[in-house]
Amino acid sequence: MRHANLVEAFQNILPSESVLFEPEDLRPYECDGLSAYRQLPMIAVLPGNEAEVIEILKICEAEKIPVVARGAGTGLSGGALPHADGVLLSLAKLNEILEIDPVACTARVQPGVRNLAISEAAETYGLYYAPDPSSQIACTIGGNVAENSGGVHCLKYGLTVHNILKLRVLTIEGDVLEIGSEALDSSGFDLLALMTGSEGMLGIISEITVKLLPKPETARLVMAAFDDIEKAGAAVANIIRAGIVPAGLEMMDKMTIAAVEEFIHAGYDPDAEAILLCESDGSNEVVANEIEKIRDIMHESGAVRIDTAHSDAERQRFWAGRKAAFPAAGRVSPDYYCMDGTIPRKHLAEVLRRIEDLSLEFGLRCMNVFHAGDGNLHPLILYDANRSGELEKAEAFGARILEICIEAGGSLTGEHGVGIEKLNQMCLQFGDAERDLFHAVKAAFDPDSQLNPGKAIPSLRRCAEFGAMHVHRGEEKFPDLPRF
Amino acid sequence: METIVEQLTKYVVKANENKQALCIRGGGSKDFYGNPKGLHDSKLETGPYRGIVDYDPTELVVSARAGTPLNELESLLSEHGQMLAFEPPDFNGTATLGGCIASGLSGPRRAYTGAARDFVLGIKLLDGQGRILNFGGRVMKNVAGYDVSRLMTGAMGTLGVLLEVSLKVLPKPESERTLCFELPVEQALETMRRCAGKTLPVSASCHIDRRLYIRLSGIESAIDAAHVKLGGDEFGDSLSFWESIKNQTHPFFRGNKRLWRLSLKPTAPPFSITGEQAIEWGGALRWFAAAKDYDATAVRAQTEKAGGHATLFRGKDPNIPVFHPLPPDLLKIHQRLKRQFDPAGIFNPQRLFPEF
Repeated sequence: MRHANLVEAFQNILPSESVLFEPEDLRPYECDGLSAYRQLPMIAVLPGNEAEVIEILKICEAEKIPVVARGAGTGLSGGALPHADGVLLSLAKLNEILEIDPVACTARVQPGVRNLAISEAAETYGLYYAPDPSSQIACTIGGNVAENSGGVHCLKYGLTVHNILKLRVLTIEGDVLEIGSEALDSSGFDLLALMTGSEGMLGIISEITVKLLPKPETARLVMAAFDDIEKAGAAVANIIRAGIVPAGLEMMDKMTIAAVEEFIHAGYDPDAEAILLCESDGSNEVVANEIEKIRDIMHESGAVRIDTAHSDAERQRFWAGRKAAFPAAGRVSPDYYCMDGTIPRKHLAEVLRRIEDLSLEFGLRCMNVFHAGDGNLHPLILYDANRSGELEKAEAFGARILEICIEAGGSLTGEHGVGIEKLNQMCLQFGDAERDLFHAVKAAFDPDSQLNPGKAIPSLRRCAEFGAMHVHRGEEKFPDLPRF
Repeated sequence: METIVEQLTKYVVKANENKQALCIRGGGSKDFYGNPKGLHDSKLETGPYRGIVDYDPTELVVSARAGTPLNELESLLSEHGQMLAFEPPDFNGTATLGGCIASGLSGPRRAYTGAARDFVLGIKLLDGQGRILNFGGRVMKNVAGYDVSRLMTGAMGTLGVLLEVSLKVLPKPESERTLCFELPVEQALETMRRCAGKTLPVSASCHIDRRLYIRLSGIESAIDAAHVKLGGDEFGDSLSFWESIKNQTHPFFRGNKRLWRLSLKPTAPPFSITGEQAIEWGGALRWFAAAKDYDATAVRAQTEKAGGHATLFRGKDPNIPVFHPLPPDLLKIHQRLKRQFDPAGIFNPQRLFPEF
C-alpha cells in the first residue's frame, strides 16, 4: 500500500489528529532517551483506546508493515527508535487508571499511565507501586513492562516482573491474550515473565494489573564515606552477610561526588573516594534495628564518616545528590553517555579499576554510580559531541565497559534493555544457539517479525560480521570464573 | 569416561531422532503430579547430575546442578543463615532442584516473599535438539534477551532438561512465631486481607480446621509489636505445622481424596461447593478436597469466575486434565513455543497439557 493510502486507512479508523505523517509532526518521535540514534517513522499513530490499537494492528498485519510501540520515550537503549518504513505506535493516550482494589492490593491500568501516577493514586489507601526507575515521573508502566524496569529499591522489592500480575496483550495476528491472572500464578507457561522485558518484540500491551504494597511506616538512611573504594565494596558485602536486605544501597565514586556536591550541596564528603547510601524501610522496630546494625557494619568496614539522616528532609537531601548524578554529569560535560552493566558485586573493585584504565586509554572521563545492592553499574562517560570523533570514542569506550561486565560474569544490561544500542554485545553474551532460540521465541508470537524488528536480538549475520571485526585485547580476564 | 551431561545429551539426541517420549525425572517426589499419560516409561534421570556449582553468601546467589537434592541445598544455605525464600515443598524428601523449578511449586511463604519463578536468575538447559544453552546469569538484574529462565519455571519439563539453576537467596529471619485464632472461614479471609494491606512481618497464613494460623518472621521486637496488633495465641509447634502444610502431611491432605488446588484472586469469597477446604497465601490459594464424584467442570467454572485456575493436584482421573485448560489463543502460543524448544515433542509429552 502506498504511503497516502496508508494514511487514509489510518484516518478511517482514528481521529485525524491521531495520525501524523508530516516530517515536522513526526520529529518528536524520532528518538527516545538515546538521542544519538534518530530516525523518522513513516507514520505515527496515537490511538485512544484498545479497539483502535487492534484496528491499527490489523492494517499493519495485512500490509506487513513494521510496528514500533512507544510509551513516554524515556528509554535509554533506543528500544523505541522508529523504523523508517514502519508505524510508530504511541500508547501515551491510553493513560487511564481503570481500577484500584485496595483489598486485593492491585491496580488495573492502561499502558500509558505514568509509573509515579500509580503510586499517587494508591496513596489514599496507604499503598504504592514499588518499582521506581529514576524516570518515574515521566516513564509509562507499559514501557516499564517492556523493559522490565528496576529502580533503586529493587534488591528488596524486585523488578517489574516481580510486581505485575496480569497483562492484556494484542498480538500482530489479531489475538487478545490474557496473560497471568488476578491469582498468584496461572495455568501453563510463565508467559508473564516472557513478555516482561521483551522490548515490544512479542506483542502490544493494552492493559496491566500491578501489585500494590503497603507503604512502609518509616524509612531511614545512612550515608557512609570511605577513603578507598574497595572498603566501600567490602562494606556492601558485609551488610548482606549480616542478613540485611536494605531497601536501597547505592554507591558513588569520587568524580560523581564532586560533580554532585557542586550542583546540589547534598552534604557529601568531598574528600571521600566512595560514598554509600544505605536505606532501611519498614516498621519502626525493623528500621531502628537495621539502622543500628548498618552503622556498626559501616564503622567496622572502615568508613571515615557515617551520617544518619535525622529527619525526612535530611534523608531527601542525601538522596537528592544520588538522584542528581545524571544531571550533574550534564553540568560538568557537554554530553554524557550512560551505560548499564551488571556484575557480581565481588568484582566491583576490579571492574572499576579496568574502567579507570580505559578512561586513560580513551582520554575520556567517566563517573561511576552503582546500584551496589544488586550489582548494577551505571558508568557515565563524559564527552563533547561537537568534537569530531568523540561520540564514536565514547561509544567504543562504552562497548568495552559492557564487555568487561560480561567477562566478570555479569550482563550487558541490568535495566535499560538492549534496544538498538547493545546489539553487538549480545553477540558476546550469547552464543549462536541461544540467539537462534530467541528468534524462535519471537517467531512464536510474531511469525513475520513485524513488531520492533531489528531490536534486542541481533541477527546471526550481524554477529558473524561483528565477530570478524572484533578482537579481544589481551587474554580473557577472570579465567577462573564459571560461565553460567 | 563419558560425563553425565554427555550421556544426557546422547539420550536426548537419540530420542529426538526416534521421536521417543522421555520422562525427565530427578528424585521422583512429584511422580504423582501432572497428567498420568505424561509419565512415560523411558526415564531421563537427572538425579546423578548433582552438586553445588557456586555459592557466595554475600552475592545472595547459589548455582547448583539440577539433580542436587533440595534438602542438601537448603541445609547448605541454612549453614550461612540463608534460605530459599519461596519455601518449596520436598514432599517425601527426595525432591531435587530441577524438579522444584520445573514444577514451579512454592510453599507457605510464597504470598509474602515470592514464588519459585521470582528467584530464578539463570539456567543451563538441554533442548530438544541436544543443544546446551545458557540463559540469564548470576546477577540480580539482567534484561538481556527474553526471560527464558523464568519460562522454564513451572513448564513441567516440557520445554527442555534443566541442567543447572542459579537462584537468588535471602537471609533467614532471626525469629519466627505462629499465632493461632479460632475463626470461621469468612472472618479468617478478612483477617488475611487486613494483614496484606499493612506492613506486618507476616510470612505465612493458613486457615485449616476452623483455625487461622499466621506466621510472623523477623526480629523479635517487630514480632512482638505485630503480635500485640493482631492478638491471638502463640502456637507452640510452629516449625512442624508449616512443614505439614508445605509438604501436605497435615491430616487434611491425607487419604485418597481428590485434592484440588485452586489459585484465585485472594479476595474471592469462600467457595460454596461442598467439601473440605483449607486456605493459604492470604486467600489466594485454596485446597479443596472434593468427593470423588464432584463435577470437575463446576470446580473449574467457579475458579475461573474467581479470577483463577484449578489444578487437580492429587487423585487423578483419566478423564480430567490435571491443569486448567487454556483458551485457544494461548494454547496456540504454547504449542508454537513447544515446537521451537522441542521439535520432535520428546520431553514429557502430555504431562502438562493433553495437546502436547
